[in-house]
Amino acid sequence: MTFFDHVHAIGPALVCYAGAGAILSADLFHGRRAAIWGIAVLAAVGALGWTMAQAILGAEDGALSGAVRVDAFSIYLAFLIGAVLLAVVLAAREWAATIEQAAEFYALLLVSAGSMILLAQADDLITIFVALETTSISQFILAGVTRNDRSSEAGLKYLLTGAVAAAILLYGFAFLFGMAGTTSLEGIAAWVATGPEAQRLPLMLAFVLVAVGLGFKMAMAPSHAWAPDVYEGAPTLVATFLSVASKAAGFAVALRLFYTGLGGGDTIISQDWGMMFGALAAISMIVGNTGALVQTNAKRLLGYSSIAQAGNIAVGLAAVAVGSTNGPSGVLFFLGTYAATNIGAFVVVSFVTERLGSEQIEDFAGLIKRSPVAAVVLSLCLVSLTGIPPTAGFIAKVYIFNSAVQAGERWLVALVALAVLNTAISAFYYLRWVRTMLLDEPKDTTPIRAPGGTQFVLAAATVGVLFFGLDPSPLLHAAQDAAAALL
Amino acid sequence: MLTLFLLLPLAGALLAIALPAHREGEAKIIALCFSALNLAIAVVMYVVFDRGVEGYQFVDRFEWITGADAGFSVQYVVGVDGLSAPLIVLLGLLSVVSVLVSWNIDLKPKQYFAWLLILESAVAGVFLSLDLIQFFLFWELELLPMFFLISQWGSGRRLYSATKFLLYTLAGSALMLVGFLVIGFGAHTFDIEALTKAPPQETVVPLAIVFWAIMLAFLVKLPVFPLHTWLPDAHTDAPTAVSVMLAGVLLKMGGYGILRIVLPLMPNEVHDFSKVLATIAGFSVIWGAIITLRQTDLKRLVAYSSVSHMGYVLLGVSALGPVGLSGAALQMFTHGCITGLLFVMVGMIYDRTHTREISQLRGLMHHMPLIGTVFIVAGLASLGLPAMSGFVAEITVFLGSMGPHPAATMAAVFGVVLSAGYILWTIERILHGPKTHDFHDLTDARKWWELTAMGILVVAIIGVGIWPAVLTDTVRMGIEPIAKIVEAAS
Repeated sequence: MTFFDHVHAIGPALVCYAGAGAILSADLFHGRRAAIWGIAVLAAVGALGWTMAQAILGAEDGALSGAVRVDAFSIYLAFLIGAVLLAVVLAAREWAATIEQAAEFYALLLVSAGSMILLAQADDLITIFVALETTSISQFILAGVTRNDRSSEAGLKYLLTGAVAAAILLYGFAFLFGMAGTTSLEGIAAWVATGPEAQRLPLMLAFVLVAVGLGFKMAMAPSHAWAPDVYEGAPTLVATFLSVASKAAGFAVALRLFYTGLGGGDTIISQDWGMMFGALAAISMIVGNTGALVQTNAKRLLGYSSIAQAGNIAVGLAAVAVGSTNGPSGVLFFLGTYAATNIGAFVVVSFVTERLGSEQIEDFAGLIKRSPVAAVVLSLCLVSLTGIPPTAGFIAKVYIFNSAVQAGERWLVALVALAVLNTAISAFYYLRWVRTMLLDEPKDTTPIRAPGGTQFVLAAATVGVLFFGLDPSPLLHAAQDAAAALL
Repeated sequence: MLTLFLLLPLAGALLAIALPAHREGEAKIIALCFSALNLAIAVVMYVVFDRGVEGYQFVDRFEWITGADAGFSVQYVVGVDGLSAPLIVLLGLLSVVSVLVSWNIDLKPKQYFAWLLILESAVAGVFLSLDLIQFFLFWELELLPMFFLISQWGSGRRLYSATKFLLYTLAGSALMLVGFLVIGFGAHTFDIEALTKAPPQETVVPLAIVFWAIMLAFLVKLPVFPLHTWLPDAHTDAPTAVSVMLAGVLLKMGGYGILRIVLPLMPNEVHDFSKVLATIAGFSVIWGAIITLRQTDLKRLVAYSSVSHMGYVLLGVSALGPVGLSGAALQMFTHGCITGLLFVMVGMIYDRTHTREISQLRGLMHHMPLIGTVFIVAGLASLGLPAMSGFVAEITVFLGSMGPHPAATMAAVFGVVLSAGYILWTIERILHGPKTHDFHDLTDARKWWELTAMGILVVAIIGVGIWPAVLTDTVRMGIEPIAKIVEAAS
C-alpha cells in the first residue's frame, strides 16, 4: 500500500476537512460571503467526485491498518451524505448571508459531513467512536450557531443528551472489546462466530448499550427526546442536516456494527438483537406518531415524524438480524428515499417559515396560492412520508416491510402489522397539513418566492421522490449491491 | 388498450391543472372529453371482449421492479376478464355522469376536475391490476382524491367525514398489505394469475389470520355492519359527483377484491368462514334497511340503503356456488347504476330546494315531473322491480344462497320488503302530496347535462333489466373459474 492508497481511501472526507480549513482561513482574511459559499460548494462537489472515483477505480483493502474500508456500502452512503451536504449548502446561500457566523456554519457542516463519510467507512470500534464524536461535536455547535436564545437552548440540549449517549455507547464498546479482545469488526465477528455461550449475557448488555448510544444519532427511542426540541430551536437547515444525514450515518454504523460484527440470522445472539430492534422500532413508531398528532408547530411535527420514521427503518434492522436476505438493502433503500423526501420537506419549511414569520402549521393555509412550487413540493414530500403512491416513500415502506415478512418469523409479521397501522395514524397529521396548504384560504395573498439555490434543491428532491416512486429499480439495485458488500 | 384507459384520465388531470387561471372554467370541458373518451374505450373493449374464453384478455405486462434474486419483483400487469369488464364499463359510465353533474362547480374548478380524473384512474387501476402490490398501490392512491374532494367541495362536517373515510380505509388496507406480503412470501410471487393457479399452502402466519387481515379491508370498503359508519358521513357531506363515484364504483372495490383475491387464493378459509360471512351479510341487510327507514335526510337515506344492498353482494359471495357468485357480481354492477342515479336525483333535488330534509319536501311531482319520474324509476329499480336490473341481480343472489344459508337468505329477502317500504314511503313523502307555495318557482331538469346524466343511467338500468344476457354472459365467463376453484376446495 502506497501513501496515495491511504489518502485515496479517505479522500472524500479529506476534501470536506480541507474545505472547512479553507473556509476558516478565508474568513480570517475577511473573505467575501460568496467566496466562502463557493468553497463549500466546491468541497461538497469534490467529495462527491472523489466518491465517484472510488466507485470507478475501486480502492485497496486495509487502508490505515484496517481502520477504514471502502466498499459498495461506504460508497453508497458517501454519495448519500455528499448529496445531502450539497443540498444543504445550496439551499443555505440566502439564509447564511443574513447571519454573522456564516463561515463557521459552512466549516462545521463540512467537518460534520466529512466525519459521517468516515463513519460509513469505519471498520473498527475506535474509528467509529472518533468519527461519531467529531460529527456530533460539530453538530452541537451547529444547532446553536445563530446564538439567539432558541438556538442556544437547542445546542445545549443537544450537547447534554449527546454527551450522555456517547458515554453509553463507549461503555458498550468497552464491553465488546473486553470480551472479543479486539476493536476490529472482523475480529468481533470471528469471536461471535465461535459461539461464546458463556458470555451471552454481557454480550446482550453490550449491544443494548450500543443501540441506545447509536439511537441518539438516529432519533430512535429511547434516545429520541431531543429531536423535536432541537429541530424546533436549531436553524431549519441545520435540522435538515440532522434529520437526514445524521440518521443515515447512525443506521449505517448500526448495520456495520450489528450485521457485520454480531451477524445476522445464524449467530447465537442475532435473534436477541433483532428482538431488541423490533421493540425499539415499536416504541419509536408509537411515540413518534402519537406525539406528532398533537403538534401545531411545523418543525416539531417533523421532529416527531423523524422519530416515527426511525421506527420504520428499525423494522428493517430487526429483519436483518433474523436473516432476511433483503433486509440490509431495505434499510439502505429507505435511507435513500427518505433523504430526498425529508430534504424537500425541510427546505420548503425553512424558507416558508422565514417569509411567514411563523412556524405554525395553520399559517401554511393556502400556500398553494402564495407559492405553488413550495406547496406542491411539500405536499408531495408529506405524501411520500405517509407512504402513499406514486411516491418513493410508498416503495420504500412496502420493500422494507416485505423484507421483514420474508424473514419468516411470526413476531416480525406482527411488528409489520403494527407498523402499517402506525402508517394509518401518520396519514392523519401528514394529510391534514397537505389539506391546509392546498385547500384552505390564505390570510394574506402576497406571493412567496423560493430563492434561486433553494429552487434547484427543491427540483432535485421532487425528481427524486417521483422518479424513485415510479422507477425504483436503479436505486434498489445500488442498495442491493451496497448491502452485498457488508457480508 | 387498458393501459390507455388507465392513463388517459391522468393526462386529462395534468391538462386541467395546466390551464391558465382566466380559463379555469374550461376544466370541465377537458374532464368531459377525457372521461367520454374513456367510456368509449370501455365500450369498445366490452364489445370486442371474447366471451368464448376464460382468463384475462387485453393483457399488458412488463417487469416494473426487478429484484428476483432478492425476493421482491413487482410487475405492471393489467387485464380484464368477465368479472372486471362490466366494472370497467360501469366506471366509464359513472365517470361521465359525475363530470356532468359537476357542471355547476365554480369553486377551484381546475383542482376539482383534476382530482375527479385522478380518482377515475386510481379506481381503474384497482379493477385492472393483476399483481398484488400493484393492486395495493392503486387502492391507496384512491384515498388522496377522495380525501381532498370531500374535505374541500363537501358540505356540513366535511373535514370530519373526509378524515373518517381516510382513517377507516387506511386502517383496513394497512392489514391488507401485511396479508399480501405474507402470501407473496409464501408463494414467491405477487402475480394474481400465478397465485390463482397455485395458491400458497403454508405461510408464516396461519392462513386464517391472513384471510381476516385481507377480508377486513374489503369488508370496510363494501361496507357491512359494523364497519359501515364512515359511509353515511362521507356520503352526506360529499358533493354529488363524489357520492355517485363512491356508491357507484368505490364500494365495488370491496366486492371485487373478495371475488378476485380472497376467493381464489384462500378457498379453504372461505369455506371455513362462509357461515360467518353469511351471518354478517344477513344482519347487514336487515340492519341497514331498518336504519334506512329511520332517516330524515334524503341523502343519508340513500347512503344507508347502500349498506343494506351491498349486504346482498356478501351474501352471494358466502353462497360459494356459481349462481351466488354471479349474483354478487351482477349486484355490484346494478347497484352501481341504480344508487348512482339515486344520488344524481338527490343532488338535483337539493340544488333546487336547498334542503335534504324529507319533512320539508313534499309535492315535488307537481313542480318537477321529470325529476320525480326518474326518481321513481331509480327507486323502483332499487327495490328490485322486475324488468329492471336490480331484480335480476337480487333473484340470482337468493337462488344461489338459499341452499347453503337459508336463514341468512330469509333475512335478506325480508330486507327486500323493508327496502320496498322505505323507497315507497320516501316517494310518497317527497314527490306526492299537495302543491306547496314554497316550491312554486322551481324548474324541472332542462339543462343538457342533467338530461344526459339521467338518460345514460336510466338506459343502463332498464337495458340490463330487459336484456340481462348482455351482462350475464360476460359475468359468467369471469365467475366460472373462480367457482371451480372454490368448489374444488370443499
